[in-house]
Amino acid sequence: MTTIRIDGRDCPTRSDINLLQACLEAGANLPYFCWHPELGSVGACRQCAIKQFSGPEDRKGRIVMACMTPVSENAIISIDDPEARDFRAGVIEWMMVNHPHDCPVCEEGSECHLQDMTVMTGHNTRRYRFTKRTHRNQDLGPFVKHEMNRCIACYRCVRFYRDYAGGDDLAAFASHDNVYFGRAEDGTLRNAFSGNLVEICPTGVFTDKPFSAVYTRKWDMRGAPSVCVHCAVGCNTIVNAREETLRRVLNRYNTDINRYVLCDRGRFGHGFINAPTRIRTPLRAIDGQQVPVPMADALTAFARMATQGRIVGIVSPRAALETCFSLHALVGPEHFSTGQTRQEQECTELAHTLLTRHPGALPTLHEMESADAVLVLGEDVCATAPRLGLSLRQSVRQASFHTADNAKVPRWMDAAVRTLGGECPSNLHILTPAPTDLDNVAAETFRAAPDDIARLGFAIAYAIDPFAPPVTDLTPDDAAHAARIAQALMAARKPLVVSGMQYGSPTLMQATASIAAALVRTIPAAGLSLVLPECNSMGLAMLGGLPLETVMEQARAGEISTLVVVENDLTRHLDLADVADLVAAVPNIVVIDHTMTPLCQHASLVLPIATFSESNGTLVNQEGRAQRFFQAVFPPAPIQAGWRWIQALARSLDPSMHPITGLIDWRDLDEALAALAMAFPDLAPAVMAAPEADYRINGEKLRSQTYRASGRTVIRSFVSVRDQPPPASPDTPFSSSMEGAYEPDMPGALVPYYQTPAWNSVQALNRFQSEIGGPMRGGPSGIRLLSPAENQNTEAQPYAYATDIPAPYIPQADTVLVLPDTRLFGSEELSMFSPPITARSSAPTLGLPASATGSGRMVLHLEDGPHDLPVEPVPGLPEGTVLCPTHMVARAFRFPRIARLEGLTDGGERP
Amino acid sequence: MTVASERPLTAMIDPAIGPPNCAAYERAGGWQAARLALGSLTPAEIIDRVTRSKLRGRGGAGFGTGQKWSFVPKEPASERRKYLIANADEMEPGTFKDRWLLEGNPLQLVEGMILAAYAVQAGHGIVFLRGEYQEACVRLHRAIGEARQQGWLGENILGSGFTFDIHVHSSAGRYICGEETALLTALEGRRATPRSKPPFPQTGGLWGAPSVVNNVETLCNLPHIIANGPEWFAGLGLGEDGGTKIYGVSGRVAKPGAWELPIGTPLRQIIEDHAGGMRPGYQLRALLPGGASTAFIDATALDVAMDYGSVEKAGSRLGTGMAIILDDRTCPIGMIRNLEHFFAKESCGWCTPCRDGLPWVERLLDAIEDGTGREEDMEQLDRHARMLGAPGRTFCAHAPGAMAPLASGLKLFAADFAAHIQQGRCPHHAGAGP
Amino acid sequence: MRAEILALAAQELHPRGASVAALRLVQAHFGWVSTAHLREVADLLGMSADDLDGVATYFNLLFRRPVGRHVIMLCDSVSCWIMGCEPLCAHLCQKLGIRPGETTADNAITLLPTVCIGHCDHAPAMLVDDTLHGDVTMESLDHLIDTLRNTP
Repeated sequence: MTTIRIDGRDCPTRSDINLLQACLEAGANLPYFCWHPELGSVGACRQCAIKQFSGPEDRKGRIVMACMTPVSENAIISIDDPEARDFRAGVIEWMMVNHPHDCPVCEEGSECHLQDMTVMTGHNTRRYRFTKRTHRNQDLGPFVKHEMNRCIACYRCVRFYRDYAGGDDLAAFASHDNVYFGRAEDGTLRNAFSGNLVEICPTGVFTDKPFSAVYTRKWDMRGAPSVCVHCAVGCNTIVNAREETLRRVLNRYNTDINRYVLCDRGRFGHGFINAPTRIRTPLRAIDGQQVPVPMADALTAFARMATQGRIVGIVSPRAALETCFSLHALVGPEHFSTGQTRQEQECTELAHTLLTRHPGALPTLHEMESADAVLVLGEDVCATAPRLGLSLRQSVRQASFHTADNAKVPRWMDAAVRTLGGECPSNLHILTPAPTDLDNVAAETFRAAPDDIARLGFAIAYAIDPFAPPVTDLTPDDAAHAARIAQALMAARKPLVVSGMQYGSPTLMQATASIAAALVRTIPAAGLSLVLPECNSMGLAMLGGLPLETVMEQARAGEISTLVVVENDLTRHLDLADVADLVAAVPNIVVIDHTMTPLCQHASLVLPIATFSESNGTLVNQEGRAQRFFQAVFPPAPIQAGWRWIQALARSLDPSMHPITGLIDWRDLDEALAALAMAFPDLAPAVMAAPEADYRINGEKLRSQTYRASGRTVIRSFVSVRDQPPPASPDTPFSSSMEGAYEPDMPGALVPYYQTPAWNSVQALNRFQSEIGGPMRGGPSGIRLLSPAENQNTEAQPYAYATDIPAPYIPQADTVLVLPDTRLFGSEELSMFSPPITARSSAPTLGLPASATGSGRMVLHLEDGPHDLPVEPVPGLPEGTVLCPTHMVARAFRFPRIARLEGLTDGGERP
Repeated sequence: MTVASERPLTAMIDPAIGPPNCAAYERAGGWQAARLALGSLTPAEIIDRVTRSKLRGRGGAGFGTGQKWSFVPKEPASERRKYLIANADEMEPGTFKDRWLLEGNPLQLVEGMILAAYAVQAGHGIVFLRGEYQEACVRLHRAIGEARQQGWLGENILGSGFTFDIHVHSSAGRYICGEETALLTALEGRRATPRSKPPFPQTGGLWGAPSVVNNVETLCNLPHIIANGPEWFAGLGLGEDGGTKIYGVSGRVAKPGAWELPIGTPLRQIIEDHAGGMRPGYQLRALLPGGASTAFIDATALDVAMDYGSVEKAGSRLGTGMAIILDDRTCPIGMIRNLEHFFAKESCGWCTPCRDGLPWVERLLDAIEDGTGREEDMEQLDRHARMLGAPGRTFCAHAPGAMAPLASGLKLFAADFAAHIQQGRCPHHAGAGP
Repeated sequence: MRAEILALAAQELHPRGASVAALRLVQAHFGWVSTAHLREVADLLGMSADDLDGVATYFNLLFRRPVGRHVIMLCDSVSCWIMGCEPLCAHLCQKLGIRPGETTADNAITLLPTVCIGHCDHAPAMLVDDTLHGDVTMESLDHLIDTLRNTP
């Protein structure tokens, strides 16, 4: 820490930052464009000009760009200096030379950083009297709209897209005042993080295309802090709603996880909520037809079913913790299934065990960014946990940071660091069966079958720690390879090993954990990270339950009369034949879900559940972080949270036959959580994921709309001009309107939108952070359940290495090993109900080793029958394997699996 | 050289014969310096001699050459990838000196590069040549090929253990590439926008490796400094600076051209003795002493010595030393408009003031020259000259360079501006005529 | 040409260092750089077409639109302006029936303004294809155009 003087005021500040950050952290209003906390400084826009004085005697000073000037001891600067003000006003005026005055019809309007900065500099009169240059716009695909005429050429878009996210199909073109940011030709942006352009762009060049169709001003929307449900990373989001419909999802800063960036699946996957597949009323099967019924009818029907025999409950890893727990309470532990196959469940439970046992660090995504050696085994993280992949992409910059440190170039001096680091070697090692998006920044990639990767992993562990079990029959090449990677990891200060359950391989995860544990012997900071598939996979692993196979056995034995399936499309887990068996064996199937999944057609009763945007609940991400999501939408009855449905079911039962206590008495979410904490002590801290519903600031609830919200009577004026009371929920400390408290140091878990005086865009976030890019002023959002500190106790005992090393993989002549091709757009369940994601996904293809000489199409014989698929060569794919898109070919396909592959005669032409 | 010439840079240039081949070059005294340096001098000794020679960069900025080299990390070329780059991207309007050297005696540049590379222990040489210089490109390739064949380039030159070779990069036209960091970016196959310093090229240049970028004329001086000694070279200058300088004059003078003269030669002597004075019927009104990005000086300042310090005292810069003459029958506003059109178009588009400020200036000048100027336009021009002209406000020196002729022109030609606006037309009519 | 481009790339520390050289090579053969060619070059250099086009559109001498059989690049910088390049340009435009930046209907000649070509002592100057012309006059222009029209 040091002190600088800003306009006569002494401000304590960090010493390793630049003057722009220092000014912003001191609460000053200093406009900027090209600088971004995550992208660093490049000095392009010249907007943050200030005066710097060489000492107390210096009256003249000199203009410097705050973002390009490091904080120095006792620096004296002025933001208010007339010359500096004048220059900043000039910069805005230059930007405005070509900027259209289309704010009233621009979708960035009301949350436009350029608007804010223009007001901040005081520029309000146009002096440029000549014509403006114009550009043609491009169609950039289903996610992002393009309006180049608004561009002020801050270069943030290309810096984010190319330098940060690794995309290569967005570029700067031409020069002078004709610079253009777009693609070489119209077409869909291919990078998985393209949607962030919407937030990165300081004005309306890139805007949210799906949002555009249901557009409304920021000030008219209700906001709620939320958590992404489209993978297990648990990125924090803000959901925006108006007129009780979800309009969009924005990034919500969580210093440990997603920070400033969401993947496109997370940003645009919410379309399932307003899709035609949405269930909005209870449905009852009457004479083979599912007809809408009132809630009371539905509950009566359920009560009747319950008298017929045993009720078994099935939840899913995409259901909230409270939903899972309430069903657990309704049916009891012996009749509670996690809704996963045995393999899936074993993998998630193994992940939990391995993480708990790991003696070193369980790094957050942010910590992964500073890992100086990374090994990824058998997981295409870019598809299964895209935001994690992006963090690993940043980790390869560590070497260039060290070079910059040596050259005394500050790390935030982005362009300079990239210049210096041009030749710095990557220390990212990727061992996967198929290519991944991270390959282009990897030091080396190695393609092999999952078992062979696991073997190599065990060999690496052995190379690090001779107490780990050796791998027999290792080829000399593999042994050398293992030694090389072991060396790279051991030379690091913060090595990290990553795997997951994409290939359904427990042995792969064990090998990974063994490497990480072996490293801890010499490097206590060695980290382990395991990727899980669903937003609450870890929560469910900690809750436990029966695998689906057990439910099938009970069903076939005629032991189940009613099956309550919550937020689970069993057709994605069970083969068609199994589903048919289940439907035949169980008289009553009750599906509680928000979306008409294929399973619903077999249901005797379908109950409409609230989505994440319409309810409040808790999810546990793959690193064991419990996080609360809050509702932005108050759905019309009877749509309600899962646990309330289950409570309603419980209340409908005859207490003499079903003596259920607790569940039926919960009044609000906090009571549900309290009960959960009692029943599952490991999950108890989840209660503290966010403040309870009675949390108040100065006696007030927290508002969820900006103070600028338009009068609510107007919205309904065509119905009635009488003021309607705003909806309320007993589960949250939020008021649903603009009434209530809102301040920059409110709890991090409860920030519903970012806005402070003079800052209406997402950049208002700066004011909510205790330091820019650092923690939230109001404390963290969410709580870790697997505390790394706890792990320190296990040091005394030697790590018990897994010993079941698999045999080498041997390609078969007549069959192939089918490996999952997990796709960012296509494999995940809910996002595929979202129209923009469906539009972005591509048709399934069958990936074959590049050497395989197949025809244009081939037939893959899976359990559910033959699949005729176009063939695509996949460089490096091991012999004897094929890549088949998950859930896109066989709906319930489980991996890995052996199958028969058949070529079509005559170049794929079928008779 | 065998006999130290008073005009060492151009002594061997004879357009009638064409550039010398290796043998002719050697006969005329070439390769002596390289032989001496590689045979018996250490890199440090070369840097020391060049520093003592008072050689300053001839590209326009005038930074001490020896000092520039001294920042390069000292590892031998064999241990670290380093680059020595000849800046032959001569694109400053009104400047045609490097072309003369490139076409007239490319081997001199090759030898200069060998010396510079040896001094900073760079194993890789690049000539960054502007794309339009086709003839220079052909001759340079021929010279490099021959030098390579004769063992002056390649592995272990003269058995010294020093390995160095030269690659010619033909650029594709962009004024900003003359700026050394933009030049490096261009060599990396990127959009050639300037880079921030630090890192300075000497420590983190091309592909992040230590790199030195020197102007062609600067490099061509080196063989003579090494062969004849720094004191001899320093003594060639008439004032503070050492050596000769290629001066040139274009515009309505009797004999436009370029001449190698002692650095510090008075401007009047260059214009009157060498360029033959003004053409009949034309008076000298003002001039840009060193290319388009230098400030106007008027006819009263012709006695200024053309060295770095003196021209600066006169309110301008030596720049490239190539003067552009404004005569009394040419419209000064038209001339400034032409200059600003150039600078606006050649802005790389990276920083706001330059990208969007220069076109504004250009349009204001268009309006004034076309007779639609307004009183308030002068305020805008003043404001731009002030805001774009001061250092540190724009990312690189492009906009300040562009403002040099404007700011000086606003003062010098205030009456002309006023006349344009008051009369609603250009008093010079079309501006330029035969 | 693919081999030549790969050879250029091999000379560089990273293939992208050859991007300008490769595009110039393509242009030398085809007169300009078409999108199809740009894509091919990008592939050879391991760059995206977008990336390479960002470079191509940055430089003045890389043509991303077709040009005529001959390209006249008339210097419009300061020395040539003083020496009367504007009337010359007007004369050319009138004679060719095109504006600067355009190509004649018979596809013979494209007229482009260019920045200083370092021939200021012989201003006004121009480049016709690869040949430098100095002290250009209306008469020499007329003669030149006739010659160009008659050469392939």
